[in-house]
Amino acid sequence: MNYAKTTVFLFSLVLALGLLFPWAKTIIIIGLCYGLSSLGVALPARSGQVSFGHAMFSCVAAYSVAFIAKAFPATDALVLVIAGTLLSTAFASLIGLFIVRYRGIFYGMLNLAVSMVIVALLGKLYSLTGGTDGIRVDRPAIFGVMTERGDFESILLLFTLLVAVVAGWFYQRFIKSASGEALLGLKSNETRLEYLGLSAHRVLWVGYVISGLFVSLAGAIFALAQGLVTPDIGSWTRSGELVFITVLGGVSHSLGPFVGAAIFEIVKLTAAAYMAGVWQLLLGVTLLIVIVVAPNGIMGAFEKRNKNKEA
Amino acid sequence: MNLDTLILGVADGISYAGLLFLVSLGLTLIFGVLGVLNIAHGSLYAFGGYAASSITSFAIQHGTESTPLLFLSLILAALIVGVLVGLILEMGLLRYFHKKDPVIKLLITFAAFLIFEDIQKLIWGTSPYSAGEIVTRLGTVEIFDVVYTVYQIIVIPSIALIAYFSLNYFLKRTSLGRQTVAITHNSEVASALGVNVNKIGTIVFIIGAIFGALGGALAVPVSSLSPGIGAETIVVSFTVVATAGLGQITGTLITALLIGLARSIAVYVAPEFEVAIPYIIMLAVLLVRPNGLFTVAQSRRI
Repeated sequence: MNYAKTTVFLFSLVLALGLLFPWAKTIIIIGLCYGLSSLGVALPARSGQVSFGHAMFSCVAAYSVAFIAKAFPATDALVLVIAGTLLSTAFASLIGLFIVRYRGIFYGMLNLAVSMVIVALLGKLYSLTGGTDGIRVDRPAIFGVMTERGDFESILLLFTLLVAVVAGWFYQRFIKSASGEALLGLKSNETRLEYLGLSAHRVLWVGYVISGLFVSLAGAIFALAQGLVTPDIGSWTRSGELVFITVLGGVSHSLGPFVGAAIFEIVKLTAAAYMAGVWQLLLGVTLLIVIVVAPNGIMGAFEKRNKNKEA
Repeated sequence: MNLDTLILGVADGISYAGLLFLVSLGLTLIFGVLGVLNIAHGSLYAFGGYAASSITSFAIQHGTESTPLLFLSLILAALIVGVLVGLILEMGLLRYFHKKDPVIKLLITFAAFLIFEDIQKLIWGTSPYSAGEIVTRLGTVEIFDVVYTVYQIIVIPSIALIAYFSLNYFLKRTSLGRQTVAITHNSEVASALGVNVNKIGTIVFIIGAIFGALGGALAVPVSSLSPGIGAETIVVSFTVVATAGLGQITGTLITALLIGLARSIAVYVAPEFEVAIPYIIMLAVLLVRPNGLFTVAQSRRI
């Protein structure tokens, strides 16, 4: 499989789908946001750390966007995305300092606990956050132009696609870098990693911040695409879905989380139409099957097949 | 805050702590012996609660006058749910993943939790369930001029303490319990010495599951159940268990009391922060003691 060609193909396919079927644009943007967030979850997952609370960074970024847009209504969409992402990434780097002291179950559950605090506070501090109803984000100007809804979505779609490709490229570069390889080393043997002179805390922290950056970026874009931010964005269900997508897609290549997100979105839409009541059941069963049949996800299975062909 | 609200807060706290302790006890017990953090434990709480509500309302519809019978139906619901769901989870699922990484086991129980969430909605729907009849029948008691229900201030804490003491008795005085403790020290050595690790794993899992279901069954008369309760329960009980230190039974009792009291008093003092209080306590404790309040440097874990 040629990754560059596949990426170009998928890029054009998704863009064409969005432009051909205008009603699908928001769905595609949201799917891309899921993929981007899962890319964030995938990075620490490479070191064996699975987070059950990463959606909180999407939530923090989305609320940052909403607050800024409310305080400065003339702010451009691009500025909103960047500011929201930076604020939320700064938050991730702070939380990361605490979280990287833990591994495995604690890593997963502490992320969950922090996310529960944030969701709870966002829901309760009604005067500030509008409670569970959330805050509306009015459609801002994008790249200096104030546009109709349709055009806005088209530009946002193209922007999100570009962001996704750059993030995916960066992910590939990063996992091949010394820090990225060290993340894998953390999974196999943390003591030996320390003997090499690397600080496990630092390795994990760098991974955590980049991971937070991806999830934040997705959250900021999500806020613009949906036009409404609610505490739900950071809920444990959302985090769980990210874990699901990550496990399904696989962490060995940045295409994995996006492929996982695409399948997730398609199944979600089908399930919403035909079997709304058993959606989580479906997710759970699929997760079990993936863990048993393809423990390294779809990308893992692909790469294994490729290797077998070459051999 | 005057004295009356303080007493009310403390009474609420004790009652809530009793429920919290039961659920957390199951979680920490299962972790200590099987090394699994069972996310589906939240579902056990929910199933226990829903089943208890169904059984008691069935009993009431058939004209039960006897309060003990109502109470027994709560316990019965917990037992049925604990044994059934516990067996399905352990023998049907976790058994096949014993040797896997703890994170894989975490994902497995998460998948099970997702499945149970929908099964729960399919069986009981999405409307809230409650079973307040037994609380009314047991009447009230007066503590320093504050009227409080007997069920919350006497029944729940007593059952929590009974669970605590009988589990301690089981682990320290019975042969099966001592074998369990041996497994927590070193499961391979225990197995080499003739302890049936699989059998004890299943038994302990079911005991833990019953505690989880019991928490839910005892909670349903004083609160109402709705979808999403399972997730909230697993996170709060994990908070208790992590604050205490995984596998610490006495620590769990003290921490449950601490968190229960703090949360209930917060309802009167700072209602906005009530939901966040357990997590704030946990984060504060873990910043100072990364392995929890009561963990003794890597000794025995149960």
